[in-house]
Amino acid sequence: MDQALVPFALITLLTPAAVFVVLALVGPLRRSGRPAALLSIAGAVTAFGSAVLLWSRLDAPVQRVWAWLPEAQGALASVGILADEQSSIMLQLVTLVSLLVQVYSLGYLSDEPAAALGRYYAYQSLFAFSMLGLVLAPNLVQLFICWELVGLCSYLLIGFWYKKPSAARAAMKAFWTTKAGDVGLLIGIVLLWRQTGTFDFGEMRAMVEGGMVGVQGLSVITFCIYLGAAGKSAQFPLHIWLPDAMEGPTPVSALIHAATMVTAGVYLLTRMAFLFALTPDILHLVAWVGAGTALMAAILACAQNDIKRVLAYSTVSQLGYMMAAIGAGFASAGFLHLLTHGVFKALLFLGAGAVIHAVGTNDITRMGGLGRRMPQTMIIFLVGTLSLAGVPLFAGFLSKEEVLGAVWASGLTGPFVMLLLGAFLTAFYMFRVVFLTFFGTSVENAAGSAHEHGEHRGAHDPPIAMSGPLWILALAAMAIGIYFTIHHPEVEFVAPGWLAFTATGVATAGIVLAWATYQRELINAESLARATGPLRRAAAHGFWIDEAFLGIYRGVLMVLATTVGWIDRYLVDGVLNVVSAWTVAGGDGLRKIQTGHVQDYVLAVAVGVTVVLLWLQGAL
Amino acid sequence: MGLHAYLALAAVVFAIGLFGVITRRNMVGILLGIELMLNAVNINLVAFSRFNGEVTGMVLTVFAICITVAEVALGLAIVILLFRTRRTAMADHVDWLKG
Repeated sequence: MDQALVPFALITLLTPAAVFVVLALVGPLRRSGRPAALLSIAGAVTAFGSAVLLWSRLDAPVQRVWAWLPEAQGALASVGILADEQSSIMLQLVTLVSLLVQVYSLGYLSDEPAAALGRYYAYQSLFAFSMLGLVLAPNLVQLFICWELVGLCSYLLIGFWYKKPSAARAAMKAFWTTKAGDVGLLIGIVLLWRQTGTFDFGEMRAMVEGGMVGVQGLSVITFCIYLGAAGKSAQFPLHIWLPDAMEGPTPVSALIHAATMVTAGVYLLTRMAFLFALTPDILHLVAWVGAGTALMAAILACAQNDIKRVLAYSTVSQLGYMMAAIGAGFASAGFLHLLTHGVFKALLFLGAGAVIHAVGTNDITRMGGLGRRMPQTMIIFLVGTLSLAGVPLFAGFLSKEEVLGAVWASGLTGPFVMLLLGAFLTAFYMFRVVFLTFFGTSVENAAGSAHEHGEHRGAHDPPIAMSGPLWILALAAMAIGIYFTIHHPEVEFVAPGWLAFTATGVATAGIVLAWATYQRELINAESLARATGPLRRAAAHGFWIDEAFLGIYRGVLMVLATTVGWIDRYLVDGVLNVVSAWTVAGGDGLRKIQTGHVQDYVLAVAVGVTVVLLWLQGAL
Repeated sequence: MGLHAYLALAAVVFAIGLFGVITRRNMVGILLGIELMLNAVNINLVAFSRFNGEVTGMVLTVFAICITVAEVALGLAIVILLFRTRRTAMADHVDWLKG
């Protein structure tokens, strides 16, 4: 192994950590706002640069670990870095999006007070460190620690506007929902350790390939690990936190809730794919749940009017695609979709952020005709939309086709149909957003423009700090798409020839339907809504999944808690109270024998000695 | 006379002393009772010493008498102090330790 590359990985990992420590400890610097932001961006540039250098020079996996919890027979747990093909590519995605988002935030959050801005950048740096630590983790212990750290950062950044009750609530919801999955992950890690005796990925892989891991009981372990991944990557039914997480600032949504953190679950399953291959039943579950999530979230996205929530559901949907590919047994296809999705979804979120920043509302029904005022933003957003819809030559096309091919190749017809339907809906809802936002007439202007969002009239393209990152991401999305069109990536499966045409056709159909409905109004949007009546009403309520959780909470947890509370209050405490009352009463009674008269004590001693003497003599 | 006679005498004196300690209300009376109990012990010591032909018991008795004198001095001093502060020498009236 080439140890010369270790410093690059360490610089990538530790620069954001150092920036966070400095910002956390040096209060005046943090409260100064912009200097703190520039320091953080400098850290992100360093991390990105060294990540690129690491990737370009990497030809064989590099691993370096340091003992952390020493034990007699070698270290129980270690920390370190493992840079291989997957992690070095993922490293670039994380550092690139992180850097661009930090630059973008300078423009987006320019109205924030300096102290809040400094806090924001401290969290951003902590997040970058945690995510990079997760990506580089050579073992499950480090991965789990960083996994929890990114969860913490997600909580802190969703609740960045913590004075807003809905944001504080959303932060809590995200934290608890992902925690529910993380408990599974922790149990899975411990069970796996008991089975294999190691946390290390390399050793584990060697054991699996050597056939030294018993398949007996392995399904439970992989299921537990999948539970953690499902929580983080917003799989049904643990996806409910992601749409609410949009309460955070838009750049945060772009970085954490689209490009990087939510893909941690997919990344984990990609890392553990060798283990999951031993448990085909769990893989089937992963594929079905993934496909179901993809379709369900796509339906939900069609019923949303909040531009960020549409994107959030689309993220859930795309995560479902990745999971489906992993479930089909072709983790590389899922990983590829993760990478392209990271780029174009960050692009879409940042573009949506530019729109929100200019218009001051999230509601797409109150936008319209913005294309003329914000031509740059429109082009950028279109690039992202075409990528997401899976149009040829754009980044998402090939990776989505790979996912579909993978699912088809492993004979999962049901999930395949669901994903194809999801692809149609994806194209539909994304172009619905595009047509309602950038084309048509402005609702505000038509209504006389005397609305409180009067700045709508003056909506214009964002400043360079925001448009720069947008253009870079747009060009990256196009470059990836064109590169993949020329150099078709190697695949482990044979995709049928008709697949590319079907995928393109489905996407086009979705676009045409959206065009006919919202642009040319050949189809009345109202009658379309009525045609899908019950489904639409259900979708508007998010299929009542939140309500179901609430019902379970009220019906099961609260009843259980009340019962346990009653038992505690009246049975456990009751026994204690009775014992204590007896003790007090006994003390009260016994107190009376303490007369304070010396002669009584002497009498007691005399009687006592007499009794003992007689007893010793055997007379009693 | 045999050893038993002495031991019986000592037992009787001890019992009279104990009876006095328990029943007398006056603290001086209680002290007198204690003296009787101690002297009963002394009689025992001397009797055993005489019948076993050893001097150890005698020596111990001399010590015991010395210590008894000191004890009486101390006890009387306490009684006097109590009388000065509480204007009483009755044992019943001193019950500060009543629970």
